Amino acid sequence: MKSLVRILAVTQKEFLQLSRDRISFGMVVMIPLVQLLLFGYAINTEVRHVPIGIVDLSNSAAARVITEQVRVTQVVDIIDHYDTPQEAEQAVIAGAVRAVLLFPRDLPRRIASGDTVGQWLVDGSDTTISQALLSLRSMPLQLSAGAPAGAYQRGNPSFEVSLFFNPERRSAVNIVPGLTAIVLTMTMILFTALALVRERELGNMELLITTPIHPLELMVGKLVPYILVGLVQVAIILGLGHVIFRVPFAGGLAALAVSTLAFIAASLTLGLIISTVARSQLQAMQLTIFILLPSILLSGFMFPYEAMPLAAQWIAEAFPATHYIRLVRAVVLRGAETHLLGGELLWLGGFTVLGLGLATARFRKTLD
Amino acid sequence: MTELAIKAQGLTRLFGDLTAVDAIDLQIERGRIFGFLGPNGSGKTTAIRMLCGLLTPSAGEVTVLGHPIPRQAELLRREIGYMTQKFSLFTDLSTLENLRFMASIYGLPRSRRKGRIEAVLAQFSLQELRDRRLDAMSGGQRQRVALAVATLHEPTLLFLDEPTSAVDPENRRDFWEKLFDLSAAGTTILVSTHYMDEAERCHQLAILERGRIRRDDTPQALMSALEGRVVEVSGESLRPLREILVTQPEIISAAQQGNRLRVLMTPEVEDPLQCLDRLAGPGRALERTLARPNLEDVFMAATAKGGPA
Repeated sequence: MKSLVRILAVTQKEFLQLSRDRISFGMVVMIPLVQLLLFGYAINTEVRHVPIGIVDLSNSAAARVITEQVRVTQVVDIIDHYDTPQEAEQAVIAGAVRAVLLFPRDLPRRIASGDTVGQWLVDGSDTTISQALLSLRSMPLQLSAGAPAGAYQRGNPSFEVSLFFNPERRSAVNIVPGLTAIVLTMTMILFTALALVRERELGNMELLITTPIHPLELMVGKLVPYILVGLVQVAIILGLGHVIFRVPFAGGLAALAVSTLAFIAASLTLGLIISTVARSQLQAMQLTIFILLPSILLSGFMFPYEAMPLAAQWIAEAFPATHYIRLVRAVVLRGAETHLLGGELLWLGGFTVLGLGLATARFRKTLD
Repeated sequence: MTELAIKAQGLTRLFGDLTAVDAIDLQIERGRIFGFLGPNGSGKTTAIRMLCGLLTPSAGEVTVLGHPIPRQAELLRREIGYMTQKFSLFTDLSTLENLRFMASIYGLPRSRRKGRIEAVLAQFSLQELRDRRLDAMSGGQRQRVALAVATLHEPTLLFLDEPTSAVDPENRRDFWEKLFDLSAAGTTILVSTHYMDEAERCHQLAILERGRIRRDDTPQALMSALEGRVVEVSGESLRPLREILVTQPEIISAAQQGNRLRVLMTPEVEDPLQCLDRLAGPGRALERTLARPNLEDVFMAATAKGGPA
């Protein structure tokens, strides 16, 4: 009986404390809600609307007919046309499109002889995407007006498919570079958020704010060590990934360093913003998880970005991890150089500058 | 340059419904040790935080070292040292590491840094502890480090918020000797405390209670103002006597100290000994004498029974 009273007393006290910790209380509702929506939207292994480009060297009516039939499958979205295979390849490397459908000059002859009518050049690094495109290889084609679909039976598949960057279709090739984004998101945000909140909890902050230090000096000074931490982590993941899982390293170190530094800066900034909101280390941790979950689920790390509904894609764009995953895969797997990555880099840079401004503005050198 | 280190008028701070500091006036001369004496929650820390620009006053005018606060708080920060109530140095760093860090934060020129660090290490007898981490130190040792850090950049004004609450009496005395050294060298010191012995050492003392300054004078003047109002009683059954006395309008407080009862009377009482006999009633064998007032009496007189007596 007494035991029950004590248990109830502890329970009641926990409820009281929970109801007074507004951020934690909010998380009780927000975490299941957001999780549900994220998983519901993001987990979609049925890939549709993969962005592709077309190179039509034949310049024939047949090519246009085939293109239209590929389009109506809805597996792909045709977002661009290129004049030369070289141009198309650059677009694949930059990540603008996931694949290119190439029609050769002798298309009419190939149709006549029942040969393959075109070639898919596919970015194979994401196995889910390449699987979806491989399914188009033997799609039935209707090549003469009036004939019913599929009536044109052929012994050969309709297309040839060349998988670039990951011909063996091993998932580690795609996962390992993406993992750097997840690990960095987790550690960079958490470290900075905790470092500042801890100083506030321990009282160090009260001392620091009575000194002539400028908030920006304090913040930048705090971030520098974690930049090094982040670089070490990336080196470990990609180094061991290369040795153990034979993940290729196609790109240049400079491009990788620039991308990684931009992402680390953005993540650290996010941690700073959290630290200006969170009142305790527990709250800082919860807010970090709140950022981490969508970064894992929506960034394209686990599920292809293209498979998500438009709303989820917009949300994904807001997270630095989405941009870094594109960058790191482009550099590591496809050997992209910095000039192809301007957009993503610019986004991360802008995020950092805005975030740093916001955090500095929110950081008050008073205890009001 | 004003003669006053701190000048405040009507300084007020509200936290929601609570008036933490209620229209206090302060005039603190340069080079003095000024004390805030008050119980917990009397507004000492809030007042200090406003004076060093950490909190924005809800009302009132403040000038500290000639800077209007909070407008010029940033300029003031180079000239003040602040020892927080809660220990705020980095406990996972050593004495030397803390000093070096703070020296850089305060922007001491490289040429002066080493000299100043050695100077404070010597001044506060910290040479032995220079490489020890602060989490391996006693309360008294930590407070010495904290004072060393607070004076590292040679501030002309020091704010010490209950600096010795975790320190034993002997170390407290040493600590105060250091404060007098600093004061003699021209530093103005504002120190808050709830220890009477500490309060008595200040040049000037303000007694705070519920956000108001109830008295503001030298400790000696405060004590002599109570001359003739304190009676010490010894004898049998002091507990029941105290119960009777504390309900009487003439009595401000009656506190037992060992086998004596210390009784503080209102200023209206003309003959305290006679009054005491009358209140105690007949039939008690009591020995009673007038006693020299101490700061505790001052404190009780200033704060008891709803405000200024």
